[in-house]
Amino acid sequence: MSATATTATESPYGAFGALRWAVARDLKLALRSRAELGVQLLFYVIVVTLFPLASSPEKTLLATMGPGVLWVAALLASLLSLPRLFASDFADGTLEQIALSPYPMPALVFGKILAHWLTTGLPIVVLAPLLGLQYGLDVPALTVVTLSLLIGTPILSLLGAIGASLTLGVRGGGSLLALLILPLYVPVLIFGAGAADAVRAGLSASANLSLLGAGLLLAFVGAPFATAAGIRIALD
Amino acid sequence: MSLYRYSSPAAFYPLAGMMAPWFAGAALLCTVAGLWIGFGIAPTDFQQGEAYRIIFIHVPSAWMSMFVYLVMGFWSVLALSFNTRLSAMMAQALAPTGAIMTFVALWTGALWGRPTWGTYWAWDARMTSELILLFLYFGVMALRSAIDDPRRADRACAVLTIVGSVNIPIIYFSVQWWNTLHQGASVSLTAAPKMASIMLLGMLVMSFAAWFYAIAVVLWRVQAIILERERGAAWVAELPKLRSAVA
Amino acid sequence: MLFAGLGFSVAAGKALVITGPNGTGKTTLLRILAGLTLPAGGTIRWRGEAVVPYAAGLREETLYAGHFAALKDELTAEENLRSLVSLSGAEPSDADLRAALAAAALAEKRLLPARVLSQGQRRRIGLARLALLARPLWLLDEPATALDTTGLGLLAELIARQLDSGGAVIAATHQPLDLPTDAVDRLVMG
Repeated sequence: MSATATTATESPYGAFGALRWAVARDLKLALRSRAELGVQLLFYVIVVTLFPLASSPEKTLLATMGPGVLWVAALLASLLSLPRLFASDFADGTLEQIALSPYPMPALVFGKILAHWLTTGLPIVVLAPLLGLQYGLDVPALTVVTLSLLIGTPILSLLGAIGASLTLGVRGGGSLLALLILPLYVPVLIFGAGAADAVRAGLSASANLSLLGAGLLLAFVGAPFATAAGIRIALD
Repeated sequence: MSLYRYSSPAAFYPLAGMMAPWFAGAALLCTVAGLWIGFGIAPTDFQQGEAYRIIFIHVPSAWMSMFVYLVMGFWSVLALSFNTRLSAMMAQALAPTGAIMTFVALWTGALWGRPTWGTYWAWDARMTSELILLFLYFGVMALRSAIDDPRRADRACAVLTIVGSVNIPIIYFSVQWWNTLHQGASVSLTAAPKMASIMLLGMLVMSFAAWFYAIAVVLWRVQAIILERERGAAWVAELPKLRSAVA
Repeated sequence: MLFAGLGFSVAAGKALVITGPNGTGKTTLLRILAGLTLPAGGTIRWRGEAVVPYAAGLREETLYAGHFAALKDELTAEENLRSLVSLSGAEPSDADLRAALAAAALAEKRLLPARVLSQGQRRRIGLARLALLARPLWLLDEPATALDTTGLGLLAELIARQLDSGGAVIAATHQPLDLPTDAVDRLVMG
């Protein structure tokens, strides 16, 4: 029995095994502290709700602002959750073991980022159409803004992970993280919120979405390595 | 003797001290010449009047602001791949100069915008990317000051700078894209009238001034960083300047 | 600079016990050997060849147990153990895991979250991890901390078994470890 189990995987320390380890573990941990995830999601909902109160409930204005508000709130929610991506693993020594594991570290890191997105990014994407209704967005705009969040929020997690690794154990970590990461989020924000704008202006959103897709690809290729480097620097 | 020798802070320190005054002198000469050309010789612009003359400061500082970040990126790559201390110190020394150049570009841009566009701030693609660039500089400097261990700070800042360098063209492109999507909100500068060659000359001389200034200031700053970091080293204690200060 | 001019080697089947007062660099030395910390100078050779930090060969063949137990409060003792061991590349069966926990006198605590375990019990999960990971080199930082007599006995037994099977151990410790004297070299720092 056990002999067949070991021959099932080709390389003993492959990237896929690393990914599975990290995703399974972090999802399990996230499920054990569900309340925290709920709070993060509530934060997102409340931020989105505050904007009409701060400006006006006028319909055309809300429909103009809607996609941008959903995106800015997604940015803030991602920023709020990022410091915890590595902090507890850093404090209890797990990050040392991750760095010294025979598995490729970028794959382990990517697994953690993926789990982070599944628990913080994906719920935001799922909630977006509902919150978009508050802003009176029509179906095409709702579809596009949800789609743009679906492609864009993983980029936020990937880029944010770099900042989270660089600010590990550093004074004023949270606000420093915001300063480091928000400028890097600008293109994601522009293409993401721009997609819905394009649809509202009667244009196609495909250019925006393709550019977001290209950004996702670039972040996917680069961010796990940069984050792994950042973690090694923090552990030194 | 090879150039490689100067990758050691101890060897680079006197070299930097020797070169910096020359660059500072060249910067001063170019500034005087450039300002004289810009404010004395160059003709009044028939569209913008005298206000355009701020470009002799605005454009060179805007060029430098982006160029300095790229140079920082270059030193950061060296610092990470060869683990050389001096490269990281160069990157560290460049950051404040880059931030100042960015700030000057933004400030003069606003001053220029008021008489020509009627507003201090327009969400013009260049101004917006310049503002984000300023945040990138602040980010690197803040990360540096938040980390106590200089070696860790070197490497963390290098990673951040490289990530930022990859992002700068993307940010610039995205802002331009955003800007064209929201036409009417800003004024395009690409249709500026053809520049007289004397104006171009003035700008070129002022660019050299900015270059030489940046080099001189960075060399002096790197000297200060070397002294601060190597204060325990024997060669620092042997420096004539310090010995006379102690005695 | 913490230390300089240090030179030593560890052969298969041997243990190197590093002792010395606080702050003399025992932990730093172990972290350098593990590849976590970049030394200011010097070379580390593994099987005769110079290695750089995070070299794949070194990560596959060494096991580092640091100050921190790397346990998650939310996970049970067994889940923590399984997670740590599989992160180090082994896939133990349920029976193996239970046997290792039982040997560490944690059979009854197996399903309790790590949050409620005592400091000594948390360290014992680390011992169970050692039992499941037969790597050519163990790097142990203060392995005896917070262990009671039976825990210390188990630690000594695990190290002896590792040495018998041709593995090597480098341990930094304050407390004396009960090891066969002929297999132990000593390095005093500071």
